[in-house]
Amino acid sequence: MRPFQLACLIAYLAPASLLAQVPDIPFDANINLLKMPANLYLGEAAGVATDSKGNIFVYTRTGEDVTMGGSRFFSHGGSRLFEFDATGKYLREIGTGIYGFLFAQSVRIDAQDNIWAVDRGSSTVIKFDPAGRFLQVLSRKPESINPAGAAGSAGGGRGRGGAPGQGTEGDSFNRPTDIAWDLQGNMFVSDAYTNARIVKLDKTGRFVKTWGSRGADPGQFDMPMSVAADAQGNVYVADLGNKRIQIFDNDGNYKSQIAGVGAPWAICISPGAHQYLYSSDSNPPDSMDGGEIYKMELDGKIVGKFGTAGKLVKEFGTANELDCRNPNAILVGELTNWRVQKVTLRTR
Amino acid sequence: MKVNPRCLLLALLPPALLAQSLTPAALATRAKVQNVPEIPYESVPNFFKLPPNLYLGEGIGIASNSKGHIFIFTRSQRTRLFEFDQSGNFVREIGEGLYGFVFAHAVRVDPQDNIWAVDEGSNMVIKFNPEGRVAMTMGRRLEPADALATAPPAPDPANPGKYIFNRPTDVGWDADGNIFVTDGYGNSRIVKYDKQGRFLAQAGSKGSEPGQLNLPHSLAVDAKGNAYVADRSNRRIEVFDNDLKLKTIYDNVGTPWELCISPGPHQYLFSSNTFPDNNDYTLASVTGEVYKMELDGTVLGKFGKAGKQLGEFSGLHEIDCRNPDVLYVSEIQLWRAQKLILHPAGK
Repeated sequence: MRPFQLACLIAYLAPASLLAQVPDIPFDANINLLKMPANLYLGEAAGVATDSKGNIFVYTRTGEDVTMGGSRFFSHGGSRLFEFDATGKYLREIGTGIYGFLFAQSVRIDAQDNIWAVDRGSSTVIKFDPAGRFLQVLSRKPESINPAGAAGSAGGGRGRGGAPGQGTEGDSFNRPTDIAWDLQGNMFVSDAYTNARIVKLDKTGRFVKTWGSRGADPGQFDMPMSVAADAQGNVYVADLGNKRIQIFDNDGNYKSQIAGVGAPWAICISPGAHQYLYSSDSNPPDSMDGGEIYKMELDGKIVGKFGTAGKLVKEFGTANELDCRNPNAILVGELTNWRVQKVTLRTR
Repeated sequence: MKVNPRCLLLALLPPALLAQSLTPAALATRAKVQNVPEIPYESVPNFFKLPPNLYLGEGIGIASNSKGHIFIFTRSQRTRLFEFDQSGNFVREIGEGLYGFVFAHAVRVDPQDNIWAVDEGSNMVIKFNPEGRVAMTMGRRLEPADALATAPPAPDPANPGKYIFNRPTDVGWDADGNIFVTDGYGNSRIVKYDKQGRFLAQAGSKGSEPGQLNLPHSLAVDAKGNAYVADRSNRRIEVFDNDLKLKTIYDNVGTPWELCISPGPHQYLFSSNTFPDNNDYTLASVTGEVYKMELDGTVLGKFGKAGKQLGEFSGLHEIDCRNPDVLYVSEIQLWRAQKLILHPAGK
């Protein structure tokens, strides 16, 4: 089942009474934070993240280019990574024309300000240093693509591991969605669309372990769309299709889950002494229902919620990534509205 | 000089009899309305001036804003949107490399001078503010990752969805700013949204009964909020009221590919009986003309014919009629746009 179908089903089943008791957090919002140069446009703003200086990185879906070569199709281009300063002034593009930029899914900044782009089209995770130089890539881009309807198989070519729905060894991703780090620098990648698993790698990129398979039991996933880690090294997984956030310890042992916050599409854990967990009940692109973002304690206790689905300011068009480095100034990357919105929560 | 008497006879035959020499296909194709007065007109030569190394591809969409600037939406190597000033000088490109620019279908400018591009390749309607920045998007491009890695989801004609289009064709607005979209090649419907893009209503399904649609190819909304739909494959114009209830049908002006309603106190409806692309060339003699009508369907006159010369139309695809006597038209096959000056009787 496709994610938006799942999310539709979930929205239909959601008990309204549960949601009604959640307090609304008053907030202001700015949809004009980012100033684009003339003739440069954001497409779907799949990924947004900030570094320690407050600079903003946006990984966006732009055009695409597919080449017919012999009996195979080759895909290249299609997503771009832009950097802005904290005031929204455009600084530069990173990774122009790089091999793995096909279909942006998310971008995250690690503790050393390295920039990590997660690409669902090439099934790779690409690491740049703070200066924008390429450092490392996880997984491998398939050599060629099978256009829809072509004889053969579901996607890919060499470089995509695992039968659909299975946890599989190694870092051969199949349309990954997100990456997070613990304080030791270990990495956790949500490998969502086919494998339905979390992959743990050490800070050098060496595979450590993997857990999860497709299903609804504890420890199983149905579209793990987003991942975050807290200061204790616990791993939080937005299990979209199962309408829950699952919490694991650092070795992937299931600890608990959080439900009642819609279908978690994007999650974020703020840094600092008192950490908060944010989770977006994003509207699927074919609807304008739901869309609110929850602010929670790490144990799942809901502090409040803000926003709704829509096209205006203070509304969200399928929020795909949240940045919460500042827990009261959230950046929201929106798919269908082609924009990044800065949300400022009013503190009392 | 000897003249073959039969040739002389042919020359003396009234037009109605001449029509009998048309092929059956041409007879079936030509507009039912006959003896329509010709509106004299001229085409301004070389009006649009492109910089060196910039080219129009198929002239899919054309529209002007309140300052007289003209926007041309074209299928070139990529789909591109160009802006020209009122003298036809190139001003700039808008939306270069845009995610939603895949395969152009129409461009329209709303009363606030926002520019709306309808793209049948990305299945999107994209609103730019007058500065050329994206202000709103409607519909959604299919995710290439899905399209390339697995088969894309099959569209469900019975339940097309409120916010997903399937090759949309055109956009229009009523006086309150409500948005109407014809959707399109894949779905056979007209959809109404409020000005914030929230779904309000839809009408139409694939078929030829009154109220049904078979390729709703163009759309225009009058000052009272009625929506006129070029029901191309049914060869008729269907008029819906503001709540999308069918009001009336005009089926006498050939195959309406493109509609335009002029603003102002006396509104006119223009409809193009476009010479179809890649089609039987014998039809060229009975297609290609544009009709000028009252909103009630009364045909006032017609102008133009199929052809490649200046002032002729080769796959006319969009009309701008902000000034009903100065039209801009764009054409598919000749990769061009023209400025036309009409001289209706009494002017």
